[in-house]
Amino acid sequence: MNDVAVLGAGMHRWGKWGRSFVEYGTAAARAALADAGIDWQDVRSVVGADTVRGGYPGHVAGATFARALGWQGARVTSVYAACASGAQAIDSARAQILAGMAEVVLVVGADSAPKGFFAPAGGDRPDDPDWLRFRLLGATNPAYFALYARRRMALHGDTLDDFARVKVKNAAAGALNPYARYRTAVSAGQVASSAVVADPLRLLDICATSDGGAALVLSSMEYARRHGAGDPVRIRAVSTVTPTYPRTVLDLPDIATDSAAAVEPPAPGFRESIARAAYEEAALGPEDLSLAEVYDLSTALELEWYEDLGLCGTGDGAALLREGATALGGRIPVNASGGLASFGEAVPAQAIAQVCELTWQLRGTAGERQVAGARAGITTNQGLFGHGSAVVAVR
Amino acid sequence: MVAGWFTEGGDDREFRLLGTRCGACSAVFFPREDSFCRNPACAGGELTEVPLSKRGRVWSYTAGRYRPPAPYVSDPEAEWEPYTLVAVELEAERMVVLGQAVTGVAVADLSVGAEVEVVAGILSEDADTEWTTWYWRPVEEAR
Repeated sequence: MNDVAVLGAGMHRWGKWGRSFVEYGTAAARAALADAGIDWQDVRSVVGADTVRGGYPGHVAGATFARALGWQGARVTSVYAACASGAQAIDSARAQILAGMAEVVLVVGADSAPKGFFAPAGGDRPDDPDWLRFRLLGATNPAYFALYARRRMALHGDTLDDFARVKVKNAAAGALNPYARYRTAVSAGQVASSAVVADPLRLLDICATSDGGAALVLSSMEYARRHGAGDPVRIRAVSTVTPTYPRTVLDLPDIATDSAAAVEPPAPGFRESIARAAYEEAALGPEDLSLAEVYDLSTALELEWYEDLGLCGTGDGAALLREGATALGGRIPVNASGGLASFGEAVPAQAIAQVCELTWQLRGTAGERQVAGARAGITTNQGLFGHGSAVVAVR
Repeated sequence: MVAGWFTEGGDDREFRLLGTRCGACSAVFFPREDSFCRNPACAGGELTEVPLSKRGRVWSYTAGRYRPPAPYVSDPEAEWEPYTLVAVELEAERMVVLGQAVTGVAVADLSVGAEVEVVAGILSEDADTEWTTWYWRPVEEAR
C-alpha cells in the first residue's frame, strides 16, 4: 500500500474574523505541528493551497506560510485548483513522501473570503469562461446549485422539505464542532422562512463564504513509526481526476456542456468518476466506509454526492436521507463535521479541513460527534474548471 | 464582446446561436471553438461555423433573486428585478446551453422538458453601444 501517515491535524475556527488568511493558516499550521509533536524546524517540505481573490496566487503560496512560521530552508510548493486546492496540496505532499523527496510535510490552506457572491477578478476578460458567465448571464454559483436542485425535483421527486432536512442534519452536527462557524441547531421552518436566493434554493440551503484555515502534518509510514506513531491514521488514496469528454452535465463556470453528438457520454459522469478513482486506488468501496465528508455547497448537492459516492442508487439520495442513514448515529454519517452548511467556504482550506475531520473521527477523538468505531472515511469535492478531488483515509 | 456567438441582423425567426463543428469527428462546440477540436480521440479537423438548433427543451431553470456582482451590468439605482435562467437541451447537438429567459418569463412559466426557442435581445447599453445577447423564450403551444 502506498500509505502516508497523518501525524497531525489542526484548524483555525471558521467565521468572519476580518483578518488576513496568513493568520488563520499559521494558527492551523501551529496546531497541526503541536498535534503531531513535530518541531517546525524538522519539517523539510511545506505545501500551501492557494487562493486568488484579493491578490495573485503567488501571494498565497506555501512560501507565505513558510515565511510566517519562520524561514528555515524547507522545500516549498504552492498549488491552485479552486475548491480542490486543498486536496491537490495533500496529493503533492503525498507524492513527495512516496517519492522519497521528503519524510515529513506540512500542508496548509487558509482564506479570508469576501462577503456575498464569489465573483471573478476585475477587468474585461472575455476569454475567461468564469468572467463570461457573470458578464453575459449573471450566473452566480448559487444559480448553478439551483439548476441541479430544480432538476432533481423534476427527475427524482425531491422536495424543498428534503433539501431543508439536509440543513437540519448538518446544523445539528455542526453544533457539536468547536471549529464550525455556525454552532446552533436549525429547524426546517427556519430554512423555509429564509429568503430565496436562487429559486428554489433559500439562504439556508446555500453555504456561506467564510474565513478559516486548516493544516495537516503528513509523513512516511517509516517516519511515523520512528516518531512513535505505530498505528496512525493513513491516507490511502487521493483522487484528482478531470472529467472525461464529453462532459454533459452543465457545470460551473460553463455556459454550455460539451456536445455528445460525436462521442457517447461517459458512464460514470464526472462527480461519480472522482469517487471511483479514489475507491480504486484505496482498494475499497462504499460498503467499507464509516463516514463521508462531502462538499455541500447546497443542500440539494449533498444528495447528489450520496449517489455519486455509491451510498445509494441514482435518485435515491433523498430516501437515504429520510431514513436517517446519513445523520450522526446512522448507518453512514455524511458531514459529521457539520459540512459547509456549518463551516461555510474558505476555499483552499476546506478540502484539508475535511481530512482533519476524518483524522479525528478515525482516531476516535471527535467528541460528541464521534462516529462509533470509525475505520474508513472518504472526502469529496470538486474544483472549478474540472478538478476532481477525493481523499480516502483509514485506520 | 463575444464576436460570432450568434447571427447578427435579421429578425427573431432567423436568429441563431453559432457554434463550430470539427470536420474530422463532427463534434460541435458552443461557445465556438476555433483553435483545436477538444475531442481527445480526434486528431483534429477544420473547425467550421454552424448554426445551432433554434429550439430545445428545458433541462433546468432558476431565478436569481439577488443582484449578481460585476462584471454583470445592472443599474445599482434601480430596484432589482429577478431574472430567470434557463438551461436548454438541444436534441440534434446533444448539448445544454444556458441563457436568460426573455423578460417577463418567471419560474412558474417553465418546466423541465418544455420547449423553448432562442431569440435576440439587449444585454445592456451605454451611450455608444447596444450589446446584443441571446434569450430563451417559451414556444407557444399550437392551438
